[in-house]
Amino acid sequence: MSEKLLFKDIDEPGLNTLEVYERRGGYASLRKALQMTPEEVLAQLEASNIRGRGGAGFQMGKKVSFLPKGAIEKFLVCNADESEPGTFKDRELMQKCPHMLIEGIVIAARAAGARSSFIYIRGEYSQQADILDAALAEAAAKGYVGEDILGSGQSLSLVVHRGAGAYICGEETGLLDSLEGKRGNPRLKPPFPANQGLYQGPTLINNVETLSTVPAIIAMGGDEYAKLGTETSTGTKLVSISGHVQRPGNYEIELGIPSREIVYGLAGGPPEGRKVKCWFPGGSSAPVLTGEDLDVPYDFDSLAKAGSMLGSGAIIVVDDSTPILDVALKVAKFYRHESCGKCTPCREGTNWTVTMLERIDRGEATPMDLEIIANVQDHIIGNCLCVLGDAMAMPIASIVAKFKDELEAHMERARLAAHPSAPAEAIA
Amino acid sequence: MSTVPRFEHGSRVPGWDAPADLEKDPAEIPDPAETPVPPDLRSEIEAHMASYPDRHSAALPALAAAQRLHGWCSPEAIEQVACVMGLTPAYLDAVATFYDMLYTEPFSADAHSVYVCTNISCSLCGADELYAAIREAAGEDPTFNVRAFECLGACDIAPMASVDGVYVGPLTVADVPQLLADIRAGRPVLPGKQLLARPCADAQATGADAEAGT
Repeated sequence: MSEKLLFKDIDEPGLNTLEVYERRGGYASLRKALQMTPEEVLAQLEASNIRGRGGAGFQMGKKVSFLPKGAIEKFLVCNADESEPGTFKDRELMQKCPHMLIEGIVIAARAAGARSSFIYIRGEYSQQADILDAALAEAAAKGYVGEDILGSGQSLSLVVHRGAGAYICGEETGLLDSLEGKRGNPRLKPPFPANQGLYQGPTLINNVETLSTVPAIIAMGGDEYAKLGTETSTGTKLVSISGHVQRPGNYEIELGIPSREIVYGLAGGPPEGRKVKCWFPGGSSAPVLTGEDLDVPYDFDSLAKAGSMLGSGAIIVVDDSTPILDVALKVAKFYRHESCGKCTPCREGTNWTVTMLERIDRGEATPMDLEIIANVQDHIIGNCLCVLGDAMAMPIASIVAKFKDELEAHMERARLAAHPSAPAEAIA
Repeated sequence: MSTVPRFEHGSRVPGWDAPADLEKDPAEIPDPAETPVPPDLRSEIEAHMASYPDRHSAALPALAAAQRLHGWCSPEAIEQVACVMGLTPAYLDAVATFYDMLYTEPFSADAHSVYVCTNISCSLCGADELYAAIREAAGEDPTFNVRAFECLGACDIAPMASVDGVYVGPLTVADVPQLLADIRAGRPVLPGKQLLARPCADAQATGADAEAGT
């Protein structure tokens, strides 16, 4: 049984209320942090070595330390626009333990020197936003948020901002534009948000899970937290597992355990008699791995070494009953729909990828099309302002590389079905 | 598949091929004296504007509020928001067309939005069949605004739907008549399948009892 930091007593009735949260020790970390100087709080975050839980896996402490010092107005934004397909961990955290997030935000704002903060929550999560609003009102009434928090002299405003349905607003600069009341188009980086973010001011942006972990880090101490997990992937992580598994859901694991233990041990593996065909280790943006890769330890570096990524910690399992082309098409169509259209490689690349995959399904493709699809992906990666295009290109390229035989067979079957009189040999 | 209107070359921008009237000046910020705004809407938008350092930030919550009142971001709704916020209608139109939850085609304010997730995890569990069944059962009934939606962040209850923001799942095709009947009657939809009542899957997190129970 691994340590539970975020999911401890998560189903305790009324945990979303201040009363129950305080009874089990809530806001003690905030009191502790208010006794410390901002530098000491930052030192704890750095010592914990916690890496961002939103997808990129950047060290949180380092991110905070990039913010300029001094009296300029700084902002903290919590990214609760959880839209990566397969990911639903932040939803459960905000819904069941909203005060843990609020406490984490106030502590992180102390380290960052921010006086205004925002939670950008996706519009679809209206139930969770209502819960957050209620929790925020309770916290403000108790003096945990607002002017002169608990008499410490530190102040922080917090607004729950609801999005309106756009995946791209989970990208940090797209989120900032959206929060400024614009279309959610990503910005050119640099400057990074730490220097010029919201309203052009220095801004710290962190994911819900990262910020929710902050109270635990302060409570146990950064060094102690760093002992969990592996050396470079410290701590516990929420994993959302879905698709063809018997017990889908969120699980809190210690980073570094074998992936098989999550897919089979916790989630029960695919239904009886079926095998894992492929799995996305970190949301639909991650390159797929196959059933043979299930022994890879589940942490940032091991997955990167295996050719994929931990991403948002969302495992999607696909079993052998599903044609791989269906998976590729679903993924590509999603990114086509969500591309904001600002950069040409992404806007055109996602559309052409869908068009070519559909040609395969209609029996109109030639074997050369697979090469062209792979080539298109190559031309998307790294050529756009944000990584939305890459997020399609990486899984599609990996599917084309790893399931070439199946795609060719699919192509040939579809061709014969569409043209029954055609010669049985593939057109070279 | 996707209900977002898409033109042959892939654009989903409505009116992308409509000719522009170059003689016409762009609409200016509506004159408050000539633009009646319902007082409740006005005060809601003003409250949103007051909670941000920059009033532009209130665009999304303001448009959402206007949509709740009008059913969609109609020219009238946009005009009212523009008037209160001191922005041009074109600015707000540009914002509204970007977001899936802001509708730029007509819907009644009484229509119930039913978003069916058809993304990867849900579709692996039969979401496409579910969506087709809901669409067929809802037919042309204007009570429903049924949409295939991208990942709604509830893959643990796949396949699922969001009814006016209330998440329900896992759904089967057999649940569809009850789902629509509940919406029509104004009852809580499928109370036994609502997400909020669902315990965490991590049995260890819920203690020894739950572990033994599952």
